[in-house]
Parts: sequence; structure tokens; C-alpha cells
Amino acid sequence: MSDGPKVRVEEKLQYNRYLVDPGKPHIAVAPHETPSRNLQAMTTICPAGCYANTATGQVEVVADGCMECGTCRILLEPSGEITWSYPRGGYGVLFKFG
Amino acid sequence: MIERFDAIVIGAGMAGNAAAFTLASRGLSVLQLERGEYPGAKNVQGAILYANMLEKIIPDFREDAPLERHVVEQRFWFMTERAHTGMQYRSEEFNEERPNRYTIIRSQFDRWFSKKAQEKGAILLTETTALELVQDAYGKVIGVRTDRAGGTIMADVVVLAEGVNGLLGTRAGLRKTPKADQVALAVKEMHFLAPEIIEQRFNIQGDEGVVIEAAGAVSEGMAGMGFLYTNKESVSIGIGCIVSDFAETGTSPYQLLEKFKKHPSIRPLLEGSEVKEYAAHLIPEGGFKAVPKLFGNGWVVVGDAAQLNNAVHREGSNLAMTSGRLAAEAIFQIKSRREPMTADNLSLYEKMINDSFVMKDLKKYKDMPALLHTQSQNLFLTYPQLVSTAMENFLRVDGTPKVDKEKATVSALKAKRGWTGLVGDAVRVARAWR
Repeated sequence: MSDGPKVRVEEKLQYNRYLVDPGKPHIAVAPHETPSRNLQAMTTICPAGCYANTATGQVEVVADGCMECGTCRILLEPSGEITWSYPRGGYGVLFKFG
Repeated sequence: MIERFDAIVIGAGMAGNAAAFTLASRGLSVLQLERGEYPGAKNVQGAILYANMLEKIIPDFREDAPLERHVVEQRFWFMTERAHTGMQYRSEEFNEERPNRYTIIRSQFDRWFSKKAQEKGAILLTETTALELVQDAYGKVIGVRTDRAGGTIMADVVVLAEGVNGLLGTRAGLRKTPKADQVALAVKEMHFLAPEIIEQRFNIQGDEGVVIEAAGAVSEGMAGMGFLYTNKESVSIGIGCIVSDFAETGTSPYQLLEKFKKHPSIRPLLEGSEVKEYAAHLIPEGGFKAVPKLFGNGWVVVGDAAQLNNAVHREGSNLAMTSGRLAAEAIFQIKSRREPMTADNLSLYEKMINDSFVMKDLKKYKDMPALLHTQSQNLFLTYPQLVSTAMENFLRVDGTPKVDKEKATVSALKAKRGWTGLVGDAVRVARAWR
């Protein structure tokens, strides 16, 4: 991406409705020392910006803004690098238009 | 509530609603599970509705379905960074009494479709996440465990209409999780504008609508496409690319969308709009070769969960509706014969879908996904740029003799791909299209 100022994902997520299930994240990253290429890629390709690097170089997930697309599940669940389930019924993103 | 049903349908999207409606219409007892607060709460689509496939389920749907605009004009744009070369088709024939396709807004449409299924007798349970399939000692699917208290429900057959990211079927080992090159990630925004402004900007009147599909530099060399659909008082704009391409390049999907929105050909169409939603979803793109086993003992899989999507024609919801309807008709026939829902009997669904346009269309384009993927740099960057350069050479009047301009265009083609490359690309595309 070269041109123009970058948009912050928070500006986009603010349009959406969510019902967050406190203390019950539906995605978890398995403990690791060095993230794999795909896990590291999630820090830029997650459309909700849920993945970020920690100060020590690992990758962590905060799934509050998750739109439940499943991109990370496709890339990382088969290898066991993350676990992915649906939020409890009624929780998570609520698309007004879809 | 009874604890045993003829059928449980997982999901209230296009495929699930078509299945639930058809099953309930035939008098079967149907429970439909939806994890969202309402049908559509988790669903995302562009969205275009193809009338023919819905007419086969609800012939008079036009009377009360929430439709946005009927499409009278389609624009295909090949994009470079600063230009687009377009091909468009508009016809008064599309202004017909029973229009062929409409733009829709999924969360509204899905609520309507689900209500129709409920009117036929289907029981809908929302805010209920199906956790796993219940199987007997022989592996036959006999029910579903949900996240409700005491939430195991039994049925003769389970219709998996759980979407592209469906967990039940993959957790039970009935099909594999799609691979990263078999799905696209699409992001989309809803931009609201006054209807008169939409009509002026897109040269339409009343309920007429326009579709723009844009390929080229907008996907930055990844296999993907942008789209813009006019609704009554909003414009849906989005872009989707293959997940493995996102992963390899590390491209941010929302920066990509932002760039698409700022393209000089797109920007004026969105000027002054109010954004009300940002959504992301996966699209099955693997085509024929990615379609999993469609049935087994006590289960069938339909719609996006079965990868039933025609990537070339951008058709998904009609394949979903048709597969849901056919699965339901197969189940009804087996039930009418008072036979069990075994894999042998449910193979009728596969036979019906193989005989329908669904599998015939997917088979026709079986080599297209691989071609788009391996040739994405050429098809999405090189060729749109070459076409754009040729157009600019042709149109710009600057005193250069036309002979020299044509020579420049031809040598640009040759330099970029070479004669063998050009012929090879033409043959490859023709073969995959055949």
C-alpha cells in the first residue's frame, strides 16, 4: 500500500453492532515463541484488526471487533495454531444490512 | 416443543431458508437453528438476487419480498491505478414485468425468507449455536447438540446450511475445512445516499439499478474483484481476493477497500455518502473441484458450506437456494416412501443436483479457479494496463502518426507477455471457459 494516509480499522468497526460475551473469547492463539508466516500475516490481513504483535514478538488476538469471517480459521486452525468457535448464540457481530 | 423432528436445518441463510421452506411446505416437521439474533444477523452478500431460482420456491415473491432495485445495467471495468476500460450492457428488456435480477440487502431479505418458512410451519430457534452433530455408534447423524440448556435435539436428517465457515460438518469429519486458495475474503461497506442522487449518478429512474464489477489494479495483483451495487437508498461497495493471496502479500483488506473507494472512477459515485456498516465474509471460490461429499447417513450439505458458488458469473445465492430446495425435495421423496435417511437414499440429492444447472455450471468452469490463481499477476495487472495504454494511445491526439501509435501498442503487448505468452494466455482462458 503506497498512496494516501492509512485508514484505522476502528473507524470502520464503529459502524457495526456487537454483543460482546465478556470473558468468553471465541478465538484463542496457542502458545508460541515465534509466530509462523500465516500467524504473523493475520496482524495485517484480519479485516477487523483483531491480531497484533506483543512487545515480545508473539501474536495475540482480541476478538471483540471480530466479524466472524473465518479467514484466520482457514489459515491457522488446521495446524492447531488457533482454536476457533462461534460465539454463544446471539453474541458477536450483528449485521444490520449484511 | 417436541424433541424430535423430521429434519433439522442448520442456518437461516439462502440455502437453509430454501430447505426449511420446502420441507415445511411438504408437511415435514422442521426445526431451523440460527446463531444470530435474527436470520441474516451473520450473513453478508453483495447482494444480487436471481429471480428464477426464488420463483421455483416462492413464485409470487415479488409481492412482499424486500427487493431494492432491479438491475438494468451491468458495467465491467478493467482498472489501472488511474483509469478504467469499460464494457457495459444496458437494456430496456430488463425493465420487464418480472425482472430477472434484483439488488437486495441480506439481513432484511433473510428475515423475510425465514418468515415465509415459518408461515409454512418451520420452527425457527434464533440465538442458538449448534455445537456438534450427534452421531450413533455407526456414525449416522441422529441429531444436533446446541448451546441451550439440555440442548440436544434429534432428527431423521440434518441439513447443513451452515455457510462457508460452517463448523459442524468439518468438526464431524464430513468434509474438510476449505483451503486458503479455495476461499476469498471480501470486505464491504454500506454507503447511504438519497435515492434521487443515486438515480442521477447512475443514470437510472425509479427502481432501476446498476451493477459495476471491477477487476485489475484494484486487487494489486491478487486474484480478486471489486464490486458496486445500487440499492434503493444505499450503495454496496466491496472488494474480495483469494485468502492465500492476502496471506502471501500481507495486504490489509480494509486498506485495499479504501484505495478502491478512492479510485478516480469510483470516488465521485460515493461522494457525500454516509457509511452505516462495514462487513467481512468469506466466499467459496474453489469451484467444482472443491465441492465436498454432499450427503451421508443422516445428513446433507447445501449452499456455501458445500462450496456451491460460481466464481466466474458471481452467482452464489441462487446455487444456495437451488441446492437447499433440491435437498429438501430429495428428503421429502425418501420420507414419502417411508424409507430411512441413509446415505444410499440421500444420494438422490446428489443425483438431482448433478442434473441441475448447479453442477453443470460448476463443471463447465472447473479449471477457472486454478487459472485465475496461477495467472493472477498477468490477468489482474498486466492485461488491464496494456488495454488501458492501448486505449490512451488510440484516444489521445498529440501529433504522433497513428502508425507509430499502433506500433507502440503492439510492441507493448509483445514486451510484456511475448507472443508465446499471449497465445498461451488466450488458450488457457479459452480452455477454462469452454
